[in-house]
Amino acid sequence: MKRLLLLLTALPLLASAEALTVSAAASLTDAFKEIAPRFEATRPGATVRFNFAASGVLLQQIAQGAPVDVFASADQDTMNRSAELKLIKTETRRDFASNALMLVTPPGSPVKSVRDLTRDDVKHVAVGKIASVPVGRYTQQALENAQLWAPLQPKLVFADNVRQVLDYVSRGEVEAGFVYRTDAALAKGKVHIAMTVAGHTPVTYPVAVVADSRHAALSREFVAFLGGTEAQAILARHGFGKP
Amino acid sequence: MPTDLWSQFDAAPLALTLRVAGVATVLALLLGVALGWVFARTRLPGRGLLEAVCMLPLVLPPTVLGYGILVLMGRRSALGAWLREHFDYTVIFNWHGAVIASTLVALPLVLKGASSAFSQVDRNLEAAARTLRQSRWSTFVRVTLPLAWPGILAGTLLAFARAMGEFGASLMVAGSIPGQTQTASMAIYDAVQAGRDDVALILALVVSAVSVGILVLSNRFLQRTPS
Repeated sequence: MKRLLLLLTALPLLASAEALTVSAAASLTDAFKEIAPRFEATRPGATVRFNFAASGVLLQQIAQGAPVDVFASADQDTMNRSAELKLIKTETRRDFASNALMLVTPPGSPVKSVRDLTRDDVKHVAVGKIASVPVGRYTQQALENAQLWAPLQPKLVFADNVRQVLDYVSRGEVEAGFVYRTDAALAKGKVHIAMTVAGHTPVTYPVAVVADSRHAALSREFVAFLGGTEAQAILARHGFGKP
Repeated sequence: MPTDLWSQFDAAPLALTLRVAGVATVLALLLGVALGWVFARTRLPGRGLLEAVCMLPLVLPPTVLGYGILVLMGRRSALGAWLREHFDYTVIFNWHGAVIASTLVALPLVLKGASSAFSQVDRNLEAAARTLRQSRWSTFVRVTLPLAWPGILAGTLLAFARAMGEFGASLMVAGSIPGQTQTASMAIYDAVQAGRDDVALILALVVSAVSVGILVLSNRFLQRTPS
């Protein structure tokens, strides 16, 4: 009986010794879920757990001491801030994917380009929250360059992450939204891609090992795995570009 | 420090919170008193089930409530499409959506307060009023309601406090649009997500102070309830 108890109490320790916690941008959800079992297959005993959210939210969690091993962000700004706050091992940082910004609408919409967003029948436009969601900041840059940011202000609805923008558009609760190419591809049929949006800094995804990681060696292996042919093929299939 | 912190205080989300909670409480009060009376005084068939359904928002996850409102009143729903077609009106991304969510979570508290207050009113006093040729309505307004009032008011204050704290369902339905639908709870959430602890802290302190005041008032009325 005592032995059994000992075994039961030790089990979670044994398991967690091999468990990697990866905080990743919401747009990486589907690709990373597919990459995880491939990585686990190459490292017997290792398991990967994911925490998906807007990059800014993930940064705050890590800053407040969340036990995270690897951080993958959807923009360089957020990763720069985590480097300034000394939250990551900077020598492990590398870009592993790229993406594009798209204007999407419900099917049959008259909106064909960002200029059409000023139309009277466009009541709401969904964008990521500027302070914490990278896709929101890319959108802001693009709209500022098109001199549409100020005039569109009253129509903007701010979402928690890129997937929420996609959900608002696919439910038809907003007339348009700004998401990544990879998210737009996920909702084929439910959303229509009006145009690829230019005028923002390139969308690139950096990844790094978190400074406080207790599994630094395994974390480095995961970061290296993301750059390998197998992971890159999965990312490409989900629509991500080369870094 | 205090002056620095105060400079981060944005009154707009708090004002909207008070407006949403105020309207929601009035609606919950009207509905809650009517339903409370029905549940306390009548033998309506299916009463138990109806009461359970009305109490549901108290225990349901806010996400279920938010999802329910989206499904029933969203643009793709029959009602939502009709409202949009004929009145160009939608509760989505509109502070009215937050009012609907807050009314639903506030209703159980008024309802419970009212129904227990009504069942404690001495029926002999009502019977006496009836013998004095008062109509049913007049008896209700002049005898039953004044006797049940402290219990109803205590429930109403609790409901107001609860409506002020509504977050999940309102966020799903009304969204968090600064200056339009961003209530205090949403502003705090956004500030924490963005790492603006000073903005979150001052708003959290003010909301807590207001809520404590309401709870103290509510307790006072509860103690006055005849038991």
